[in-house]
Order: sequence, then structure tokens, then C-alpha cells
Amino acid sequence: MTEISALKTGLIADIAAADTLDALEALRVGALGKSGVVTGLLKTLGPMSPEERLEKGPPIQDLRESVTAALAERKAQLEQAALDAKLASERVDMTLPADIGPQGSVHPVSQVMDELAEIFADLGFSVATGPEIEDDWHNFTALNIPETHPARAMHDTFYFPDEEGQKKMLLRTHTSPVQIRTMMNQPPPIRIIAPGRVYRSDSDATHTPMFHQIEGLVIDRGITLGHLKWTLETFLKAFFEREDIVLRLRPSYFPFTEPSVEVDVGYTLVNGQRIIGGDGDAADGGWLEVLGSGMVNRRVIEACGLDPDEWQGFAFGTGVDRLAMLKYGMNDLRAFFDGDLRWLKHYGFSALDVPTLSGGVGA
Amino acid sequence: MKFTLSWLKTHLDTDADLATILKTLNAIGLEVEGVENPAERLAGFKIARVLTADKHPQADKLQVLTVDHGDGEPLQVVCGAPNARAGLIGVFGLEGAVVPSNGMVLKKTAIRGVESNGMMCSTRELELGDDHDGIIELAPDAPVGRVYADWAGLDDPVIDVSVTPNRQDCMGVRGIARDLAAAGLGRLNAIIVPTIEGAGPGPDVRTDDPDGCPAFYARTVRGVTNGASPDWMARRLKAIGQKPISALVDITNYIMIDLGRPLHVYDMATLKGGLVARKGRSGEQVLALNGKTYTVDESMTVIADDEAVHDIGGIMGGEHSGAQDDTSDVLIECAYFTPERIAVTGQKLALTSDARGRFERGVDPAFLDDGLSIATSLVVTLCGGTPSEATRAGAPPLALRTIAYTPDQCLALAGVDVPADEQKRILESLGFSVSGDADSVEYQDGMPVSVPGHWTVTVPSWRRDVDGWPDLVEEVVRIVGLDHVPSTPLPRTPGVARPTATPEQLVERRVRRTAAARGLAEAINWSFLSEKEAAAVGGGDWTLANPISEDLKVMRPSLLPGLLSATKRNVDRGAASVRLFELGRRYFKQGERATVGFVLAGEKVARGWQSGKAQPFDAFDAKAEVIALLAAAGAPVANLQGFGEASAAYHPGQSGTLRLGPKMMLAEYGVLHPSLARQFGLSGAVVAGEIFLDAIPPKRKSGALRAPYAPPALQAVKRDFAFLVPADVEADALVRAVRGADKKAIVDARLFDVFVGPGVEDGQKSLAIEVTLQPGDKSFSQEELEAISASVVKAAGKLGATLRG
Repeated sequence: MTEISALKTGLIADIAAADTLDALEALRVGALGKSGVVTGLLKTLGPMSPEERLEKGPPIQDLRESVTAALAERKAQLEQAALDAKLASERVDMTLPADIGPQGSVHPVSQVMDELAEIFADLGFSVATGPEIEDDWHNFTALNIPETHPARAMHDTFYFPDEEGQKKMLLRTHTSPVQIRTMMNQPPPIRIIAPGRVYRSDSDATHTPMFHQIEGLVIDRGITLGHLKWTLETFLKAFFEREDIVLRLRPSYFPFTEPSVEVDVGYTLVNGQRIIGGDGDAADGGWLEVLGSGMVNRRVIEACGLDPDEWQGFAFGTGVDRLAMLKYGMNDLRAFFDGDLRWLKHYGFSALDVPTLSGGVGA
Repeated sequence: MKFTLSWLKTHLDTDADLATILKTLNAIGLEVEGVENPAERLAGFKIARVLTADKHPQADKLQVLTVDHGDGEPLQVVCGAPNARAGLIGVFGLEGAVVPSNGMVLKKTAIRGVESNGMMCSTRELELGDDHDGIIELAPDAPVGRVYADWAGLDDPVIDVSVTPNRQDCMGVRGIARDLAAAGLGRLNAIIVPTIEGAGPGPDVRTDDPDGCPAFYARTVRGVTNGASPDWMARRLKAIGQKPISALVDITNYIMIDLGRPLHVYDMATLKGGLVARKGRSGEQVLALNGKTYTVDESMTVIADDEAVHDIGGIMGGEHSGAQDDTSDVLIECAYFTPERIAVTGQKLALTSDARGRFERGVDPAFLDDGLSIATSLVVTLCGGTPSEATRAGAPPLALRTIAYTPDQCLALAGVDVPADEQKRILESLGFSVSGDADSVEYQDGMPVSVPGHWTVTVPSWRRDVDGWPDLVEEVVRIVGLDHVPSTPLPRTPGVARPTATPEQLVERRVRRTAAARGLAEAINWSFLSEKEAAAVGGGDWTLANPISEDLKVMRPSLLPGLLSATKRNVDRGAASVRLFELGRRYFKQGERATVGFVLAGEKVARGWQSGKAQPFDAFDAKAEVIALLAAAGAPVANLQGFGEASAAYHPGQSGTLRLGPKMMLAEYGVLHPSLARQFGLSGAVVAGEIFLDAIPPKRKSGALRAPYAPPALQAVKRDFAFLVPADVEADALVRAVRGADKKAIVDARLFDVFVGPGVEDGQKSLAIEVTLQPGDKSFSQEELEAISASVVKAAGKLGATLRG
């Protein structure tokens, strides 16, 4: 039996020493191939008597199993080594740049409009729209601004040429005509916001001939100035995402509201920059006017065909661009309308920054 | 509206400090726009006496002074003023003081080798006047050593408030004082109206235009001596930025600002005959006090004598008839002009003035006699002369309004409960009179029952703006303070907030964020274009009558010009690749159309270590954006048909439109026409597109439930076909024909290769299509596959296609 034992030792040593897959295959053929040495030994088992096979068989079977296992193990080792060598040869400089494709952005005005829509949706306000090319009845007359009223001169209105037998047409100077259209087209109770472009003939660092407003309107029974106050406080706190928002309400005048209220929000000077929040009367503070509002004038409600003894409510309007500037810190309004890719990349928002209440409206 | 603190205190007896007054002004609706104390700018400037003045050893025009400023040793000062001399008392800036006119900090220095400590100042240096010919000379009794601003009465903060158009009464200091008194800041002093003993009849004035000028009151004062106004008046006018001119002119200005009552003074020597308020006559001209000539018409009210127009009624006086230094006889006009008329005239002439601002809002119609008496008295006091009786032509609208009001209305509208007696106090302190009982007792069946009664509130003559009960609520609330209005939550519908976005809004949001996700930056461009830009894209329907500039004149019929201009600006700033989009409206006679526009210009892919040379955009990049954005907008993209070329804005051979039927165009896109690109200063390939969001059919609402679907058990089979087709056959037609060849089995057909060249005859092209076949219950048999192939080849054959061998 020492013969078989010696054979096993020799074969296993040869297998372990094989350094290529080809050499290993040659060894396999030499041992387990058709005329291999192990195959030859196995063939001797056939003619044996059962007693003899019982005696001589196990060592031969053991030889076959050991050699097979050694071949498989060595093969795996060599394959792994080959793979390692291949991978090592495929190494590249992973610090080379990868092109992630172009990066787009959402304009801050659109983002702020979405933020406002989200906040007001929670308060039950839906979104309404109206034409930008308006007639003077919707833009002025129905809003209790008669032809000679100084308030008409306050708005630097863009007009279109008069046409015989046609209404006088203009570019809306505010989103307030949407109030009128809504009250005329849908029965109360009403809760809407109306965002959009508005136009005034004005141009400097803080005024552009086109800008964006958002109008709010609530018409219902028993609505008071107290509801207006709460709504504005709630909305501004949510919008600026700060609890330390301090509002200053000042009586004012708009022909379409009575009483009328202007709203200032307190800011704090931090390193020369106005940061919204804090008491505007504090030493390092001040006030910024953010919106105009008031209880809808009874004449406006009447002009829309509603009974002002039954329905009353409030309206407010604010500049979307201005809100964006205050929240996100831009200081030149003209840049909003310049389309400068560098500015849009810096101040714009990612497509997936969708404002949600659960994620925070500031995205 | 500007006034000084001391001026306010002539009407308001108060102990309140400046901060409290400012805070209260804001709280009651008189927004403080600014406050400035001139004394703060003049800190460090004292009254000083020049003791000696000697020639400067090194300079002819300079003198070396010794100056006594009341403190310690006299100081040596080098001075260039010709009037500097021993004995002069002037204003001296000490070391450390800041010169208002130039911000210079004074310090010890040497001028031409001579030490100089501080500076003797001119009025211009202190911004107290224009005089720079010499240093200020004060009266000989001016107290040496005192802070100049204190002595000169300049320690008086100037307050600037913004008065809303409804508050005519606060266009005078007195009205502001009345509001502050009502808010609890002191007591309104009584106004003293002098009695004028007129000598002789009043002047010949009348009104022939009772609509525009219902009342024209006047007196004359003969034998006046015009001159400089007294110090107190000149100082107040100066403090608020009004230049003192002469006593006669200053008196009218002063009363206008003090009491909100505009007046006009005529030099009678310049008048021919009596004065009449009448309508203008077409073509009549008047040289106004601002030096400009205005042409009036029949819609305007003027004041004229027998020969000429002397005044644009209620807006501005004439240059020729105003009071001069040598004027001896004056006519003082105190008239009432109808606000609407003033507004129209002022707008037509584009002429603003302090008087217009007041008449337009509406002056107190019950203050004509008093105003005239106060003015006459001031003229006589300051300039001497003998007044006449008053002439009162016409009658001002004096009818008083009353409003029925119940104190409950304050709670109902403003949500704040103010006790009735407090409401009454507020209204009365503002000049309203209140009568009646808030609650009255009535007897029903002999039993006393308290029923809500109402007050009858009479509106003061100076509050033209108040004409309904909500105005009274507003008065009460603003005086009580808006901070007393309790915040009241809006009633909330139970449950989670409902969705509120409109379908259009949802589409816009999806399109906007898809475009941004695809690498485009959102721009917002002007809604208006120049006429030339509009013409380049077919011309606009709406042209402004009063554009702010020629560049912003026509409402855009296309989003492309705005985007192309923005592209050009970016290219000029060095951008190598521009991807911009805008979501906005286009404006037509038929309405405003929601539209998405985009421009891709420059490099699509920058040169790179992987991609090699930079690659430009082509028409198919535009097509890809259009389809992706249409899909985001919910358009039935699979059903869209491509129709030939787009509008003239595009390259005729490299553009297209996508439609649902020939008339429903949803989008156009392509390579920009080179001549349009050139017009916007762009070169290289510029591709663009527009999507007409309003043309997309709205999606039918089908609820959350999807159509039932189970993925097929058997795998789909793919077969490739290569066809030779005439070169003019559109690829899309062939793909559609192939897809339609067996509607049951063929689920997709995709063109993957186009070839023209060796092996393909001239006038032909090779199109290769991958067809996806989906078996149903069992796999396709060989016969079935052959039958499908045959029908594909047959369908393609109808377009002249033959299977490539």
C-alpha cells in the first residue's frame, strides 16, 4: 500500500506546485484523464473479487478523492490569482472627473410662490388666477378707485391705446382684480390666494416695471380684523420659518379695504445684513414693510354683487420678489429678471426642493 | 409731510418725548419716514469772537486769527475768508467737529507753516445756506461760547411723515397734532382766529365756474412792505426744506403747512380789473411759478383777470402776478377747488405742487373765512398795510354728513371690543360729534326692554374721507391701536388640509421641475419686448401707449426673444453652454396663453477626457426636451404627430411641430433660424422650442385606481427589419406603419439605424427598426412569426419600402 500512499503524496505535491492553469490541467489529465495514473488504478478494481476489492478499494478511492479535491483547490487559487492580476492591471485614476450632467434650477420667485401655495393650502386657501391685461373696471373702478382718485396716480399704470367702443385696457398694477373676478364668479365662502405678474412704470434698484405679487382674499360670515391679524402672523412665521417674527401693524389707506393695515416685520442687523426676526424697535433692529391689507371695503363687495351686510372679509397683498429677497438675502431686484446663469445657479433651487409642510417650506 | 417738533408743539400741549411721539405717529397711521435733528450734525460748532486778525506771513490771502470760543485760552486759527476781522462774532468748529458739507473732521494742523486749531465756518460749510463768500457773521450780542445750534434754535428734530391720500386733514401740522391728542399724547391747543376790521369793500372777485371753484374768498391789504420773514417763520420753513423767499410768499407757505390751507397772494399792480375763477379757454397759456409755461383747456379751472390767466387754480400761481419785493398792494385768495377737478388738471398737465396735494385730497371747506383772516392778520402784522373787507364769491360745500353707528360694529368688523364711552371719547377728540344712545330703552307691553340703539355721528368738515360706519370703526381702531386687536384663528375645516392646486398649476409645477431636473435653469424675462423683437417672431397684438422704454413696449407673442436676449447676455459674460427656460404667458387679442419656452446654445457637452471635443446642440436635443416636457405636462406623447417645419423663427429644414391633429399644435422646436440668431447677436448652433400648455387636453380625472395589469408570463421577442425606402419618406411614417402591422402582437417598434451610402442606391435610405412582439398565452410558433414578419414587410411596402437583402 505504500505505493499508493507515495503516489498520493507525489501527486498532491505536484498539484500544489503547479503555477499555471495549463500545468494544472496537464496534471489532471495525467492523474484523472482516460489514461491517467489514478484512472488506471481505478480500472484495476473491476476484475477484483469482492473480498479483494473490499481490501484494496478504499485506498484507491481515497487517492481519487484527494487528488480531485487538491486539483479543485489549486484551480480556485490560480483563478483568484489570475483575477487579482487582471484587476490590478485594470486600475484607473479614480480622481479623474466624472460628468454628472447639466444642473438646472428653479427660479427663487417660483420657489417662493410654491412655498406660499403650500402654507396657504394648509390654511384652506386655493389658488386663483386672472389676466395680466386687464380693463380699468377690474383694476380700479370695482376696487373703489374712481377715475380722479389720487390713488390712480399712485399707481404708475401702463395703458394700451384707447379703442373705440372698447373698455380701457391696461396692465394690471396689482393682483387685486383677481379678488373681483373671484367674488363675481364663485359664491362665498371664499379663501383664495392669487399669485402673478404685475406691472408699474417704475425702475430702480428696488423697483422694476414688472414684478410679482400674491393676493389673499377671505370672504365669509363674521370675519374680522382679528382673523386678518392671525392669518398674517401665522403665514409670515411659517414663511420665514422663525418663531421670533415680530409684526408691526400700522393703520393705512387703500381704497379697496377699510380699515386698512400695513404690516412691517422686524429685522435685526447682523454683520450689516438685515436678518428677518426680532423686535424692530430694538437697538440693532428696524422695520421693513412687507404687505398691505385690510377688511374688504363694502363698496367692493357690493360691486361684485354680494350683500355686504351678510358677507365680509379681508384681503392682503404682498410682493413675492420682495419676500424672496428678505428670506434668501438678495439685494438687487433687477437681477431677478436678468437670466444670469451664475445668479440662477447661486440663488435658484434644485428641482427636488419641492416645498412641503412636512419637510419645511424652505426646502 | 415734514414739520419740526417745536412746530408740532405750537398746536399740541404735550410732555411726551420724541420717541413716544414717533411711535404713536406710526401706531395711528401716520407713518414716520424719517427723523433728523440738525443740531446733531452741528455738534462741536460754537459761537466765537475773533479777537485779533493779522496777515499770514507766507500767504497774501490768508489771515491768522485768535479766536475766543468762551473756554480756556484763545486759539490760533488760519482763515481765508475776506470778511474775517477783529471783533467779528461767528461760528467756530472745534477740533474733532465734523464739517457737514464735506464730512471733514477738524484737527490741529499747520497751514503754510502756521498752526491752526479748528475753523471759522461759512453757511455753506454748515449746510445752512449757499453763502460761501465769507464766514458767518452773527449779531454782536450772540453769546460767545454757546453751542451754535442751541442758540440758533436748530435743536429741533425734523419729522417726516407719509400722509395717505385719504387724510387731507393731516396735510397740516394742526391735523397731526389733533390725531396725537386723540391718541392720548396731550391736548390740542385752541386755534386763535383774529377778527379783521376791514377798511373799505372787498376786492372784485367772482367765480364763473362753480363746479371747479365753488367758493372764492379774498381780501386786499394795501400799503404793505414786503421783506424777509421773521426768524421763527424762516427757521421752520428752512428746517423742512422750504426756501424762505419773502414775508408775503412765506406767509402763504407757512399757513399751508401749518393748517393745511393753501392760499395765493397776488400783486395787485399786475392785475387788470377783477379776478375771476373760470374754465380755461383752449390755447390759453400761463407761465407758472416753476418757470414753465402750461397750456390750459376747458376742463381746467383758472384764475384770470380781464387780460390774462394768472393762476392754474389750486395748483400753481403765475410768475407775473406773484408778490415781489416792491409789492405794495396785495390780494389774498382763499378758495375752494373741487378735488376731482384738481386731480384731472394735475394729471393732464403732469404738474404736482404742495397746493395740488392738498386741494386734490380736499381742504376743509369750513375753513375759508378763518384761513383768510389768519393770513390777512399775518400780512398786516409782518408787512403792515390796511386790510379790506372780505369778498365771498360762491359758497363752499358745507353740508355735514351724519352716519348711523352702533358701537357693536367695532367688534363686528375689527374683532376688538372697545367700550362705548371710549369710542365716543375717541370720535369726539377727532372732531366728530356723537349724539343718541348706544343702547336705548323701549317699552314693549309696558315693560322696559333694552334695545340696541344707534348713535348719530356727525363728520367734521375736514374729514371728507369718512362716509360710512366702517370709517368710524377704522378711526376707533387706529386710535385704540391695532396691537389691541386680538389675533383670531380662522376657522379650520376638520381633518387634513385638502389639496388646493388647480390642474393648470399642477401642470406648471411638474413642467418647471422637470425642466430644472433635466439641466435647464429657469429665467423670468420681461413680458414686453421692443417692436423689432416682437416683429421678428410674428409681431405682437398689444402695444403699450406709455411704455417705460422702447425696449419694453410690445406684449410678447413668443417667449423666444426674452430667452435669446438672456442667452446673449450670458454668452457675453463668457458662458460656454446656455440652457434656459421660462414658464410664462404670451399675449394675444384672444387671450393670454400659458407657455414654456427654452433655448439651448453653445456646448451640449464640454470637451472632456472621455468625450473628446466639445459637442454642439442639435435639433434633436430640442425635440428631446419638448417631448420630455410634454410628457411631464401630461400630454399623450405616444399619440403626437410630427408635422413638418415650425414657424419662421426656425431653420426650415431642421425644425418641427408636434400636434394632436392638424390644428392642435402642442409644441414647436428646432434649430433657430440663423437670421433670427444673428438678430440677437448669437452665432453657432442655437436650438429652441416652445410648448403651448393651454393646448394640452386636460387629463380626465380617473381617481387613484389604476387599470388592472399583470406582467405577461412569457418573454417578449425582438426582431430586426432593415428597409430601403425613398429618401423623402419620413422615418416616423415607416415606424407607425410597422407598429400598426399587427396591433395584437407588436407592442413596440423602435428605429435604431439610418444609413445612406455604399450599398444604398441614390434617392434611397436604409432604415432599421427593432420590433418587439409580445406573446400571449403561448409562445409564437415559427409560422406565426413568419406571418407577422410578412405583414410588417407588407405594411412597409405601402410606403415604398423594400426589405433590405
